[in-house]
Amino acid sequence: MTGDTRNLHVITQRSSHLNGLRIRSLITREKGPYNLTVVPGNCTCITGSSGSGKSLLLRAIADLDPHQGEVFLDGKSAADFKPSAWRRSVGLLPAESRWWKDQVDDHFPTIDAELLRKVGFSLDVTGWQINRLSTGERQRLALARLLLNKPKALLLDEPTASLDPDNVVRIEGLIEDYRKTYMTPVVWISHDMEQVKRVADSHYLMTPGGLIENGSEQNSA
Amino acid sequence: MILLTPLDLSLAAGLVILLAFVSWRMKINLQRQLLFSAFRMTLQLILLGLVLKILFDLSNPILIGGMALIMLFVGGREVFARQQKRFRGIWGFGIGTLSMFLSSFTVTAFTLLVVIQNQPWFAPQYAIPLLGMILGNTMNGISVGMDRFSQSVWDQREIIEQQLLLGYNSDDSISSIRRESTRSGLIPIVNSMATAGIVNLPGMMTGQILSGTSPFEAVKYQILIMFLIASGTGFGIMAALWIASKRLFDDRDRLRLDRLTG
Repeated sequence: MTGDTRNLHVITQRSSHLNGLRIRSLITREKGPYNLTVVPGNCTCITGSSGSGKSLLLRAIADLDPHQGEVFLDGKSAADFKPSAWRRSVGLLPAESRWWKDQVDDHFPTIDAELLRKVGFSLDVTGWQINRLSTGERQRLALARLLLNKPKALLLDEPTASLDPDNVVRIEGLIEDYRKTYMTPVVWISHDMEQVKRVADSHYLMTPGGLIENGSEQNSA
Repeated sequence: MILLTPLDLSLAAGLVILLAFVSWRMKINLQRQLLFSAFRMTLQLILLGLVLKILFDLSNPILIGGMALIMLFVGGREVFARQQKRFRGIWGFGIGTLSMFLSSFTVTAFTLLVVIQNQPWFAPQYAIPLLGMILGNTMNGISVGMDRFSQSVWDQREIIEQQLLLGYNSDDSISSIRRESTRSGLIPIVNSMATAGIVNLPGMMTGQILSGTSPFEAVKYQILIMFLIASGTGFGIMAALWIASKRLFDDRDRLRLDRLTG
């Protein structure tokens, strides 16, 4: 196969139904069934009241909880991945990040200065103590830690909830950059309708019976 | 050897009763448990004395095996009872019991067959006390190790899941807790080896000396017992925590705390 035909193959696959992140009849903790398709490079926002199961849906997609139904990434079922490889591929950023060592750089397998700069830190941050970081700083570092794995999809649970306005802009920009560069499907849980308007290509409302589409947003790329 | 009379034992029991009285007056409120445990200990040991006498007289391998199994199951139940977070179903009792069986029975059989080489190898005078010493210590080690393990996993579940999300596999995310828990189960026996003979005189050796064995012979047996206890306890804890950590994850490397109670 020549390089050209391979590229063509990739492009046709990308535009085909098989690609991106596909969630089929997913039921977790007696909620659902959820059906959702996020095509490559698109951002889908999910809103809904607290306790409606948004975070549980992301946990199930990342295969952290037992569930029914199937999730596909680029046409391949989660069951066909090794569990650790699957979770690396569908990078889930939890609402509250966890840290287990004393210092920032203990949590990073490699140090990527450029990536740290993109989340608003200089290289000094690697020597900082975790317990002296603010919630917002942890959130931004957690995103950098996640992106270091080069996930093929992003599952973001209120990624900017504790950030100041400047950093909200910064992080929204970084995520947009990432998903457009790597054509990454993104599922983004948000409580902020203004943010949904800014970042979403499509918007779903979480209800007890499943996801209800809220009309395509103007931002379609 | 001076034989003890019931009166001698009653005099010593008087000390415990005195302690209970003081505990009551000082509102330490341990007198009930203290007296109950002392009573229970007396009854259990008298019964054991009778049972051992019968076992020694008959020297029947089936009876000895039965006795060993009873000791094992009572020990397994004790491990289970001492856990704050228990595994659901058969695992709660099974993990501790199986690990005790694997380590204690193997170490005891090795000692009887290879080290002591008595005829027959299962002669109860050696088999039952050796197994008892090893089982008792292994039981303590496993219950400390397992309790620490399940409690730590429970407390650190969010960290474990965070690591899973970053692509760690189940073993990577739990191995440090498993190491810490193994260590905490092993520390008592390591410490007691380090101070044996200086700070504490081990009970078994003391008993042998009191009954007239020459101190040096008693010491050799004590050294043997210490080696057996340390290895039996260590391998027992490792087996228990290995099974426990497998059980806390499913085939998709999900942390399954729903398999614990409490």
